Amino acid sequence: MPLTTVFSSNRTRLVTLVIWIAIVAGACGSDTNTSSTATEPLPSPSNPKTITLVTHESFALSQDLLAAFTAQTGITVELLTSGDAGTALNQSILSAGNPLGDVIFGIDNTFMSRALDADILDAYDSPLLAEIPDEFKLDETNRLLPVSVGDVCLNYDVGFFADSGVAPPQSLADLTDPALKDLLVVQNPATSSPGLAFLLASIAEFGFDGGYTWKNYWADLRANGVRVSPGWTEAYYGDFTWAGGGDRPIVVSYASSPPAEVFFAEPPPTEAPTAVVEASCFRQQEFVGILTGTTETAAAEMFIDFLLGVEAQNDIPWNMFVFPVNINATPPPEFVEFSLIPANPLSLPSVAIESSREGWIEDWTDIVVR
Amino acid sequence: MTSREPFGRSIGLLAVIPAVFLAVFFLWPVTAIVWRGLAPDGSLDLAATLDTATNQRWWKVAWFTTWQALVSTGVTLLAGIAIARIFAKFEFVGRRWLRAGFTVPFVLPTVVVGTAFIALLGSKSPIGLNLRDTVTAVIIAHVFFNVAIVVRTVGDAWARLDPRPEQASRTLGAGPWTTWREITLPRLLPSILASGSIVFLFSFTSFGVVLLLGGPARTTLEVETYIQTTAFLRLDVAAVLAMLQMSIVVLTLVFQRRMRSRPEIGEQQRSEQSIRQPIPSGRHGAAVIATLATAFAFMLTPLLVLVHESLRSGDRYTLANYSALNDGTSVMFVTPLEAIWNSLRFGIAATALAVVIGGLAAVTIAYTSGRAGRTLDLTLMLPLGTSAATLGFGILITLDEPPLDLRTSLWLVPIAHALVGIPFVIRLLVPSIRAVDDRLRKAARVLGASPWKTWVSVDVPLVARSVLAAAGFAFAISLGEFGATAFIARPEHPTLPTAIVRYLSRPGAANFGQAMAMSTILMGVTVCAVLVIERFRIGDTGDF
Repeated sequence: MPLTTVFSSNRTRLVTLVIWIAIVAGACGSDTNTSSTATEPLPSPSNPKTITLVTHESFALSQDLLAAFTAQTGITVELLTSGDAGTALNQSILSAGNPLGDVIFGIDNTFMSRALDADILDAYDSPLLAEIPDEFKLDETNRLLPVSVGDVCLNYDVGFFADSGVAPPQSLADLTDPALKDLLVVQNPATSSPGLAFLLASIAEFGFDGGYTWKNYWADLRANGVRVSPGWTEAYYGDFTWAGGGDRPIVVSYASSPPAEVFFAEPPPTEAPTAVVEASCFRQQEFVGILTGTTETAAAEMFIDFLLGVEAQNDIPWNMFVFPVNINATPPPEFVEFSLIPANPLSLPSVAIESSREGWIEDWTDIVVR
Repeated sequence: MTSREPFGRSIGLLAVIPAVFLAVFFLWPVTAIVWRGLAPDGSLDLAATLDTATNQRWWKVAWFTTWQALVSTGVTLLAGIAIARIFAKFEFVGRRWLRAGFTVPFVLPTVVVGTAFIALLGSKSPIGLNLRDTVTAVIIAHVFFNVAIVVRTVGDAWARLDPRPEQASRTLGAGPWTTWREITLPRLLPSILASGSIVFLFSFTSFGVVLLLGGPARTTLEVETYIQTTAFLRLDVAAVLAMLQMSIVVLTLVFQRRMRSRPEIGEQQRSEQSIRQPIPSGRHGAAVIATLATAFAFMLTPLLVLVHESLRSGDRYTLANYSALNDGTSVMFVTPLEAIWNSLRFGIAATALAVVIGGLAAVTIAYTSGRAGRTLDLTLMLPLGTSAATLGFGILITLDEPPLDLRTSLWLVPIAHALVGIPFVIRLLVPSIRAVDDRLRKAARVLGASPWKTWVSVDVPLVARSVLAAAGFAFAISLGEFGATAFIARPEHPTLPTAIVRYLSRPGAANFGQAMAMSTILMGVTVCAVLVIERFRIGDTGDF
């Protein structure tokens, strides 16, 4: 690509075109631009469209699959990435009405309520919702449609516990056992999404009432030597005994981390070197939605149908390390073999998370680090 | 001072471009996001603002942010000056490579070096130094990341100093310490203050280092701004933090200006080679070698940890991590060559912007002694001391309508990089322009040269070296993707740091190995880029 075309000259041309259209439309009178949307033909290879997908850095899908979608529908999907899900969502809220793109992917159940309250999404009753179990449809208004489901869980270094003779934890409560002193690393919930999920897991487990609340739990974890790392990467590759040079054999990670440790190893081991504490898992769902103000509603809807369709759903596990939500999807057997799908994952209502997030994180900070 | 103005009164016109650039890409966005925070409904809620602003918690954070930055700056200056002296005074094998190598930490993503730091300074430290969760670790890391700024800035100035005053001083019986204090230090002061102010701002807005090594209890204004904007979307609190942050930056810069209020001494410019000598034998030589070895070990150990990891797969040593970099099927996948290419394109665009805009500003600032020049100087430093979240979200709500709907433009990336690079260009160029001996200009004018001709044939060759040094920094800043771009939504054009961070956000030994391989490539690209830039020659920088 020559340097001159590098910085989206297409966009410049597009802007110029839009300005011209606006001028012409203004000159011809105001009734020309209202009727156009109704008669607009659907996108197709002969009527190509481009949509922009606003997402976070962890989005991934097979290139071939997306290329096939473009060939079939004439819809080119441009990616617009922001650091993390929170940043991408907040950017969309700040640009409400004049969106950065047409579709947003990556809003999870911890941010769902904020997105719905901000009124930045259009409803879409996708026909594919019929293939998705009701338990995943957290938004009745269908402004946020479920795409994937995963769990944030404690992982432990199998070799460490085999060598030391200490029993690995079975529950959240076990972590306060003096036998597991100085063995746990968690992420700061103020700066990390798995860190927040683990805090929410403890709140869901221990609650607010009675003699022992989530606050008592964290005071006990602090007494038992919990280490706090700023983010997943630092905890997993810095402090975790298995993956990093660290001294902590228990880490907050994902239910899908053990299969990744098998898949991304040379040669692949026959058994996963890490394991998941099933009782510690907190459910995380990711959603997709159409940004209000888009001019490409039809193309956006077709893209969402594609994302919820069986092919894309089957592609999700090895790309994003989460499970599909479509009941007809068949996740790859190697992925399923080493994965654990918790029977009863912990969860909290999205509304409660949004309204209390700041207070909970403040309280957590007071208890654990100050 | 009038003779400092070869362009006469028209000099002010040169300042228009940098002023407009700064206004559009910094002042307007930041003002807008702060105002949105303070007055969400259009009217200022003074009571709420005061309530936040008087909250003791933020003042504690501000105090920690400031003092750790001051201490970091002091230690970085001490270490940097010691190393700069060696690079300026002595010639030895591998000098150029080593000097370029010092720039490497400057461009590596914190999260990459972070794992190396945890390995070296954590509970399993091979040197028995567990500094995890201490301010000491934060300061050590700040020195590691920023010492290149001092080494290169002060080193360049030192290499050009006329050695004769020192020689005279020693001949007249002054000891080395007195000579340094009375003769050398005053002449190096402009470059020391210049690099010191930049190191201060970098340490002041430190994010990853503080989070990782300072422990969860220590936060800076930058960290709090990030939490308030990203996790809580509390723009009101973020606005107050931004104002607090900027006030401290302005106060520090004004104070720093007081310190350098004495005019720069018209120093005769010399070519470097004429004064560099081989490392002497004896005690002095041993001290030089010891300093160099210590610096070498300090800077290189964390980097070698990364290279070592990149060559490992399981228990074997192999290049598998490197060859695997070319395999990928995801839409987010990028080959190393593409990533290098993306990084270089952004780097070239950012460097060009920074050198042109910073250069115009530097000329204005150097040739004018009035308030306007000082204000421009100070305002162009502000982006270094402003939270990336504040600027990123500000751009989002201001540059959102044609003809300036740049929110999703790839140009925003080099523009943001240039905002960080411009202060370097100014800090390096202004002292260098001011140091040009005015008698040379007068001679040119007497001989009939026009002001323009005088500038091109006298000033440009003499400041060319500083331009190159500044370009090197601007390029390195862009290669390292400094915080400035963290809050900009960008079309999919992954650079080396983006690719590294993506590998590091997935579990699995191969992903970690590939992140280390990509980091090693980034180090290589950095050293090459710095060496190439240093090889350029603009005009004649020979002896006078």
